[in-house]
Amino acid sequence: MPIEVLMPALSPTMEEGTLAKWLVKEGDTVSSGDVIAEIETDKATMEVEAVEEGKVGKLLVEEGTEGVKVNSPIALLLEEGEDKGDLENYEPEGASPPPSSSDDADTSPASGGGKDSAEPVSSPVHGGGGRAAAGGGNDPEIPEGTDMVPTTVRDALRDAMAEEMRRDETVFVMGEEVAEYQGAYKVTRNLLQEFGSKRVVDTPITEHGFAGLGVGAAFGGLKPIVEFMTFNFAMQAIDHIINSAAKTLYMSGGQMGCPMVFRGPNGAASRVGAQHSQDYSAWYAQVPGLKVIAPWDAADAKGLLKAAIRDPNPVVFLEHELMYGETFDVPDMEDWVLPIGKAKIRRTGSDVTITAHSRMVGFALKAAEELAEQGIEAEVIDLRTLRPLDTDTIIESVKKTNRIVCAEEGWGQHGVGAEIAARVVAEAFDYLDAPPARVFQKDVPLPYAANLEALSLPGKDDIVKAAKEVCYEG
Amino acid sequence: MMATKKASAGKTGRTATTATKPAVGPKAKVTKDQLLTYFRDMLLIRRFEEKAGQLYGMGLIAGFCHLYIGQEAVVVGVQAALEEGDQVITGYRDHGHMLACGMDPNGVMAELTGRAGGYSKGKGGSMHMFSREKQFFGGHGIVGAQVSIGTGLGFSNLYKNNGKICATYFGDGAANQGQVYESFNMAKLWNLPVLYIIENNQYAMGTSVKRASSETHLHKRGASFGIPGREVDGMDVIAVREAAAEARKHAAEGNGPFILEMKTYRYRGHSMSDPAKYRTREEVDDIRSHHDPIEGVKKWIAEGKHASEEDLKKIDKEIKEIVNASADFSKESPEPDPSELYTDVLVES
Repeated sequence: MPIEVLMPALSPTMEEGTLAKWLVKEGDTVSSGDVIAEIETDKATMEVEAVEEGKVGKLLVEEGTEGVKVNSPIALLLEEGEDKGDLENYEPEGASPPPSSSDDADTSPASGGGKDSAEPVSSPVHGGGGRAAAGGGNDPEIPEGTDMVPTTVRDALRDAMAEEMRRDETVFVMGEEVAEYQGAYKVTRNLLQEFGSKRVVDTPITEHGFAGLGVGAAFGGLKPIVEFMTFNFAMQAIDHIINSAAKTLYMSGGQMGCPMVFRGPNGAASRVGAQHSQDYSAWYAQVPGLKVIAPWDAADAKGLLKAAIRDPNPVVFLEHELMYGETFDVPDMEDWVLPIGKAKIRRTGSDVTITAHSRMVGFALKAAEELAEQGIEAEVIDLRTLRPLDTDTIIESVKKTNRIVCAEEGWGQHGVGAEIAARVVAEAFDYLDAPPARVFQKDVPLPYAANLEALSLPGKDDIVKAAKEVCYEG
Repeated sequence: MMATKKASAGKTGRTATTATKPAVGPKAKVTKDQLLTYFRDMLLIRRFEEKAGQLYGMGLIAGFCHLYIGQEAVVVGVQAALEEGDQVITGYRDHGHMLACGMDPNGVMAELTGRAGGYSKGKGGSMHMFSREKQFFGGHGIVGAQVSIGTGLGFSNLYKNNGKICATYFGDGAANQGQVYESFNMAKLWNLPVLYIIENNQYAMGTSVKRASSETHLHKRGASFGIPGREVDGMDVIAVREAAAEARKHAAEGNGPFILEMKTYRYRGHSMSDPAKYRTREEVDDIRSHHDPIEGVKKWIAEGKHASEEDLKKIDKEIKEIVNASADFSKESPEPDPSELYTDVLVES
C-alpha cells in the first residue's frame, strides 16, 4: 500500500490550511526530512517535510488549494518495490478529525467531549447576533448603505492598530515577535512593513521588563501598545500593569497619566495545558485605575481597540486566540470607534438574561437559539467592557426577564459572574424569580487531555442547562 | 579617638570611601559658586530629612519614610551634570531627588504629612511623588520597578530624538532584581539614552551587599550586556558630577546606557522604623566623621577661602528657615477633601 502523506497541523488550533506549493513532483525520490511542500494558514507559512522514504507516486492535492483539512492525505509515497500500479488500489480513507477539542464552536464540552461536526477556524461570517440583530450599546450609527466587510477578528485588531498608528505618531506597538515574524498569531501582520522598526518593536522574551519599559514610554509622552504573546505570560509583568500603570495616576494626584494598551490573547486556547490557558478577566477587572475590555466579534474588536488606544488610561485588552480566525461583518467606516464601558444586547428576549464576554458570547447565542426551540426566549448581553462594568444594561434586562445566567470562561470563584450576580442581587433583588446562576470553568487547572479539557471548559450546553434551571424547566 | 575610628573603618571592609580625599581642593575644576551651590543643595536635603525624621517622631508623618541623610552628594552631583529636560526617576528613598530636581520643599513635606498641599494631594505619600514640571517621574515603591520605567523614559527620548537622557537611580538591593537585567538588555540592545545610577549604600534594608550579592562590584553588572560601568566615590560631590557628566555624554551621544556605581552610605536606618542593628555604631560614626559629603565641600570652601564660617552659617540659617517653613506648611495644609477619594483614578476622556 502506498504511504499517505497527511496535511499536518501547524498549531493546536489549526483545522485546515492552504497547500501553497509543491516542492516535489511525481516520480521524485524523497527521504525523510526532505521538504516536499509549503503550506499556509492565516497565521503562518510552513514547510512540510517527508517523514518516510519513497518515491512520490501521486500528488493528491493541487498547488494553491485552500481549505485542505488537517490529517487529509495530500500525497502518496511508493515504497520500495511498489510502482504506479499500486496506486490504483488506493482508496482514500478521508479526513479523520483530531480528538475533540475546545476549539469547537458548535459543541459544548458538557455534551461528553464528543463532536459530530468540526467547524473550521475560518468559519463563514457569523449571522445571528450580528450588529443588525439587536441594538444598544451606544454604538455610533452605521449610515444606511455602509458596506459591511467580512473581516476576521485578527485583521480587525490589526486594522485598528494600523489606523491609530496612521492617526497618531506617538502610537507604537511592542512585544515578542510583533515585527519581523509578523506576530505570533499574525495580529500585527504588515505593521512593520508600513510603519518601520521604530514603531513596531520586537522585544526580547522579557515580559516584566518590556511592560515596565512601556509604562515609562507612556509616562514619557508616547502611547504604547504592549502585546503579550498571551496574557498567561503577562503574569510576569502584572506588577507593572497594576502597580505602575494603574496606580500611578492616583498616587501622583492626577499628574502621571499612563495612556497605553496591554493586549493579547487571554483564556484557553486549545490543548496547551494549564499554564497557557488561564482567563485573567476577573484579575484585571478588579483593579481601579485600569479599563478592561474583552470583545467578541470583529467590529467590536476594531472599534474598541481604537477606543482603547485613544483612551488616556491604561487599558487591558483581552483577546481570544480561538476567535482570531473567526469572521464577522465590520462596517466600512472612516473612523469606527466604540464607547468603552457599554455592553451590547446581542439578542433580545423576555425570559432569561444571559451575560457573557469574549468567546462565551458565541456559546451564549447558540444556547439562546436552542432555548428558543424549547420556548425560552433568552436575552444575551455581550459585556464587551469588564471595567467599567455596564451594570445598568444588565439590571434593566433583569428587571424585564427576572432571571439571569452569568457565563464566563474562567474560574468561578471571585469571578466576573460572581460580581454580576452580586450586583443583580443588590440592585434588582425584588425582580428576581430565581437565584442568579453562573456558568464557569471547572475549579481545576486546565487539563491537557482532550476529553478532560472539554469537560473543564464551559460551553453552550452548560448555559442551556443553567438557563432552564433558573426558568425552573430543568 | 580618631585613630581608633579609622582602624574600625578598615575592619568593616567597606570599599566605599576608602579613597582618601586630596589634601587640598576637589579633584576637578570647580568654581566658588558651584561649591556654594552644592553645599546649599546638600544641606537643604540634610536639614529637610532631619525635619522629616522629627515630624515622623511626632506622628505627623506616617507609614514608611526612608531618609537620604548621608547620600546627598550622589543626587546633587548627578543633578549638576544633567541638562534641562533630562528626566529623573528613583525608588522610595526619594526626598533628596525631589529637592535636587527643584521641587518645592513645601509640597514635598506636605505630601509626607498626607495633606492637600502635597505634590500628590496627599494620596501618594513619601514613596510616591512626581512632578512633570520638574521632569521627576517618581518615587516608586516596588524595588526595581523604576529601572524598567526609567528605561522606558529613555526609550521615549530616543523615539522623539530629543537628545535627553533619563537618570535612573536604584539601590544595591534593587540591583539584584530580575527586571533590572531585562532592562539592561533592552537598553543596550537599542542603545537607549539611560544613565543607571546605583546608589550602593551598602545595605539593602538590613542585608549588606556582600551577604546578598555574588558580585559585589555592582558597576560590573552591565558587563554581560556590553554596558560600561564605573565605580564612583559617592561621598564626593565633585567626583560624582564629573563621572555623571561623562556618562551622560556617553548616553546622549547614542552610545547607549552607562552604569555608575556610587559608593555611598546612609546614616539612618533603612526606614524610620529600622533600628539598624546590623551594623556597628562605630561604622556609622566613622563615615560621618571622615567622609561626610557636606563636611567635604565645607572643607574645600574653607581651603579655597570661598566663604567664611559666618557665610556658611548664614546659608545654614536660610536653609533652616526654608525647612521650617515647609514643616509649618505641611502642618497647616488641610487634609485632602473627602471628595478627593474618588478623583484621579482615571483620566476623564
